[in-house]
Amino acid sequence: MSAEPIPPSAAEEEAPLPDAEALPRGTSLWKDAYRRLQKNRAAVVSAVVLALILVGCVLVPWLSAYRYDRADLALGPTPPSLAHWMGTDMFGRDLMARVFFGGRISFGVAVTATALSLVIGVTWGGVAGYVGGKVDALMMRVVDVLYTFPFLIFVILLMVFFADQKSPLYSAFKTALSPFVADSKDPSYYPIFQLFVVFASLGAVSWLTMARIVRGQVLSLKSQPFVEAARSIGVGPAGLIFRHLVPNALGPIIVYVTLAIPEIMMTEAFLSFLGLGTQEPLSSWGLLVSGGANAMDYYPWQLVFPGLMLAITLFCFNFLGDGLRDALDPRTRKE
Amino acid sequence: MIAYISRRLLSIIPSLWVVLTALFFLLRAVPGGPFDADRKLPPEVEKALRAYYDLSAPLHVQYKNWLVRLVVHQDLGPTFRYGGRTVNEIIGLSLPYSAQLGVLAALFALALGVPLGVYAATKHNTARDHAAMALAMMGVSVPRFVLAPLLVLVFSLKLYLFPVARWETWRHMVLPVICAGLPLAAYIARLSRAGMLEVIRSDFVRTARAKGLSERRVILRHALRGALLPVVTYMGPALSGLLVGSLVIERIFNIPGMGRYLVDAATNRDYNLVMGVVLVYGVIVMVLNAVVDIAYRFLDPRVKME
Repeated sequence: MSAEPIPPSAAEEEAPLPDAEALPRGTSLWKDAYRRLQKNRAAVVSAVVLALILVGCVLVPWLSAYRYDRADLALGPTPPSLAHWMGTDMFGRDLMARVFFGGRISFGVAVTATALSLVIGVTWGGVAGYVGGKVDALMMRVVDVLYTFPFLIFVILLMVFFADQKSPLYSAFKTALSPFVADSKDPSYYPIFQLFVVFASLGAVSWLTMARIVRGQVLSLKSQPFVEAARSIGVGPAGLIFRHLVPNALGPIIVYVTLAIPEIMMTEAFLSFLGLGTQEPLSSWGLLVSGGANAMDYYPWQLVFPGLMLAITLFCFNFLGDGLRDALDPRTRKE
Repeated sequence: MIAYISRRLLSIIPSLWVVLTALFFLLRAVPGGPFDADRKLPPEVEKALRAYYDLSAPLHVQYKNWLVRLVVHQDLGPTFRYGGRTVNEIIGLSLPYSAQLGVLAALFALALGVPLGVYAATKHNTARDHAAMALAMMGVSVPRFVLAPLLVLVFSLKLYLFPVARWETWRHMVLPVICAGLPLAAYIARLSRAGMLEVIRSDFVRTARAKGLSERRVILRHALRGALLPVVTYMGPALSGLLVGSLVIERIFNIPGMGRYLVDAATNRDYNLVMGVVLVYGVIVMVLNAVVDIAYRFLDPRVKME
């Protein structure tokens, strides 16, 4: 966030002062929230399950005896066994390896797209709320208009148009990436590029709610004394928004992020299911469910395991998000 | 009131115009034309085709022609891919299926979600409440495209209760409607429970109880209306989610609705069809949002008509 020239050097030195003042209250809020979260058994269990799945996805190349793309055509599709715990797919590839590799992509897309929507949404909402007046009205009008549009249709169009081997975006991407790829024997950047388009288009359309939340928080915070204090010692608008207002709105932002990740994960799976997102031989949960659905008459495990994994992950994220909301926002707490 | 309603409905037109105009130029700005996928056409044939589909004129002329044709004649033009059929014909044939699916799924979701939520609220913090809410959370978390194949697997392929695909008799409709409606029902259950919990503690409900009304009457006649406000607010985005979710349902159950044209037309660069499908989806979503706004003002007298 290197925007506005922050006027006097004082801003750099004195800025911690109001923060330090707010600190005791902040810490106790977080401690309080943590204690409440710990009491919520469903949320704690969800967090643990999510952590296990995530660790499995990260470590799968070292834990699994199989590669996600190593076909064994002589073996073909086999039901779950001791050698292949989740069975194998049509090409004899180990399904468990594919499921956990798919999880890497599903998590990666969700986290990246959420981060992107966070950056856009926080900036948009923060500026609108802080500046106020006509600018605010205009910026929020844009959000309203975008809200009324079925955004997934836009994502589908973006995917179809930009994830094209012929698009100039792809050649630009190829040029940008070529110095980093050691193997120069016609490396296929295309699957990576397609993933990149998935990140970008999902992030680009999912910042609207974030912008609304941050704007609301900034509006209610900006007339408080600590903001006045910061301004009086010469902190500029950018500093006020990003160092003082946004950090104080962190609670709702965290809750929203926890609930946005499963939503985006589901959207990525949905796109892959329609054949627009991740492509073979890579794997993601949506792609695996789609393949499993085609083979379910004879090989039901190919549908059940990836579907279950996706559903469990989404379930845990939603429970954790609910728990965080209850913990961080005492007003909506269940009695 | 009437002024508000008409103003709210008229505000759809500029939004729609912005979306369609942006889409018009975006479609033509992206590389790849509608005739690229085929084998190379002789130049004179391609020229004739481009002229027929009004693709050879300068962009602003194409745009003007398209807009005039749409506004004056309500004509969306010919499709590029579906042998001589017009976009109007394609939409006319497929929209009824999508509409039936959407309406039935929404009704199913309301009929299941509201009672479940209200029931959970009246049994607040008991095991039944927790069970109902865990169920609802599951409904929210299982995507439609996981649910649908699983239900087909169990109810069609193993138990032979319902057909696997198509949209003809009521038996064909059961599984698609359940799959499309269930996630929505789960959201509605969560919202109506939260709404009911809030209302149940308010003064007017206490008054109704003090009058000696039966619990049933208190809940159904007095509290329900207020409790449903959050549900109504949510219905706008929910129904557009349903619309998009039906894409998958239509594909899985092979229902000849509008959903498949969206993806296919975009892939084929069938400009006119993309514009037509987006127009229909846009109108539906924006009108639903407007209706929800208006209904909200009817239900909650505290909201002022601006």
